[in-house]
Amino acid sequence: MPIQGDYMGMTLTIEDLDRENREFFRYCAARDFRLQRGTASGLLRYPPTTACPWTGERESEWVPVDAAGTVHSYVQVHHPIQPAFRDTVPYMIILADLDTQKGAPTEHEALRVAGNLVTADGAFAPPDMIARVGIGTRVRMVFVDVTDEFALPQWTIDEGAEQPERPWRYPEE
Amino acid sequence: MSLASVSDHDASSPRNLRGRYAICGVGETSYRRGSQESTRSLATWAVSNAMRDAGMTAGDIDGMLSYSGNDSTFAPFVAGDLGIRLNFYMDVHGGGSSTEALVGIAMGVIEAGMCRTVAIYRAMNGYSAVRIGGTGARSAVPIVGDQIHHRAYGWQSAGQMFAPTFLRHMYDYGTTPEQVAAVKVAHSKHASNNPKAYYRRRYTVEDVVSSRMICTPLHLLDCCVETDNATCIIVTSVERARDCPSPPAVILAVVGRCCKPRIDMHYQHGPISTVAGRYARELLWPNAGVGPEDIDITGSYDAFTFTTMLQLEDYGFCRKGEGGHYVSDGTIELGGRRPNNTSGGHLCEGYTHGMNMVIENTRQLRGDVDDSCPVGPDGRRQHTHDHGEGGCRQVHGAELTANLGWAMPGTGSAMVMAKDIR
Repeated sequence: MPIQGDYMGMTLTIEDLDRENREFFRYCAARDFRLQRGTASGLLRYPPTTACPWTGERESEWVPVDAAGTVHSYVQVHHPIQPAFRDTVPYMIILADLDTQKGAPTEHEALRVAGNLVTADGAFAPPDMIARVGIGTRVRMVFVDVTDEFALPQWTIDEGAEQPERPWRYPEE
Repeated sequence: MSLASVSDHDASSPRNLRGRYAICGVGETSYRRGSQESTRSLATWAVSNAMRDAGMTAGDIDGMLSYSGNDSTFAPFVAGDLGIRLNFYMDVHGGGSSTEALVGIAMGVIEAGMCRTVAIYRAMNGYSAVRIGGTGARSAVPIVGDQIHHRAYGWQSAGQMFAPTFLRHMYDYGTTPEQVAAVKVAHSKHASNNPKAYYRRRYTVEDVVSSRMICTPLHLLDCCVETDNATCIIVTSVERARDCPSPPAVILAVVGRCCKPRIDMHYQHGPISTVAGRYARELLWPNAGVGPEDIDITGSYDAFTFTTMLQLEDYGFCRKGEGGHYVSDGTIELGGRRPNNTSGGHLCEGYTHGMNMVIENTRQLRGDVDDSCPVGPDGRRQHTHDHGEGGCRQVHGAELTANLGWAMPGTGSAMVMAKDIR
């Protein structure tokens, strides 16, 4: 049976044969953020793939990863494209560099994990919270359930971390 | 000093079909919103116009290529409607990196003896049917598997998907919204001299940065227009092209869908403020035997103001990080040192996934762009080279052009063309 759930009015589906995404989102449902690690390269990868991008090795193991990072870039959406987000604007999409494996295997590589900016409870961030976030903001992962066996990773401000004095934000906002 | 990157390619002798193939015919429909026609009808219209331009009849075309994203009509129907018997055809999935890539495929299949002359078209109702901006049909596509990693986050449209690159370029290099807005200003000036452009009004930097925000850093006027239209170019050997009514636009080099590493998720491999042109240029310039400093006119894909800026920078028209300055110092305007998108491009003329910029450069190399200059007794336009509003857009003495196609930050295509020198 495909894993299927309704999220904000969108139907999200993970097919039976899509083993990589099934594993990834099932671990998220268990509040256990895991990524595939190539046994030969020892390197983690995101998003889930069927082989190691550095060795081509098809075998991998799912290992727990510390889901803390720094905003590398972002999008602040004001005009919704998908109907599901019509009542959510403005909302923020974050690309966060995980601390784990940052700058490896080469200088500009990182595990850049996507997610929306949400509150610690997983609700879409209000405008005053969005205004505090920019490139350099420290974030931590929270999970939002789609079904019992499927949750989406999301990002929230890491209130316990040392934050930059002024994260970089688009100058007009 | 050459700004082209260091490369181990030999640029000293003709190679890789340099100068052996040409564009011999170009044609398009009108650029409209609400075509009231099927993509099949639009395609036959554009292909007919290109055949007429090339002085060709159905028996002269024996190859056909098209590209689309589940929003068009396949080549066999268009060929059948026009009485063309095909020795080769292929319909390719894809958008903005396709035109130059398909020119390369056409050269290859002709070289392999599979056919002699190839018509390449793109037919789309990008406003009234499958909207290119991503609303409507594109948003209704089920969200399955790998797509969850972006579409479930409201990260779907082209603008939303590219924005992290644009924003990071501002962060890394201090690029300003006003600098990038100058791209729209330039292209709108060009479009004001193009009777067939959808938007012919001239815009200012202030108009752009005060238009409403779509998603940072894209204001409404940083984004291209959605239109309904079809376009066509015809590729054949330079010898056959010389028998056509107009001078050939000779192809010096093509690059097709050249990618950054980790193309499935290119943001994993930085710097994310660098785009695929940084890799494509290492094929393009050595194969063409010229460098960016030699080019008279560029056609840099303008799905957004930012895509033009990023490509011109990464193909080496300026130093890395100086793209904002390059697009705002007058260089890319008609009358400037190296005008870009002289038809108004996707920001103003119409959206065709790259082909209208190739059509424009072909006409520029012929010295015969279709502006409002008076037509002389010989049937040719008497170009005034006065680039004032409503005037001429022909570039004086244009001999070399570069087209820079864009699918996304991680994928690009390119082509260098030259005026025919026998």
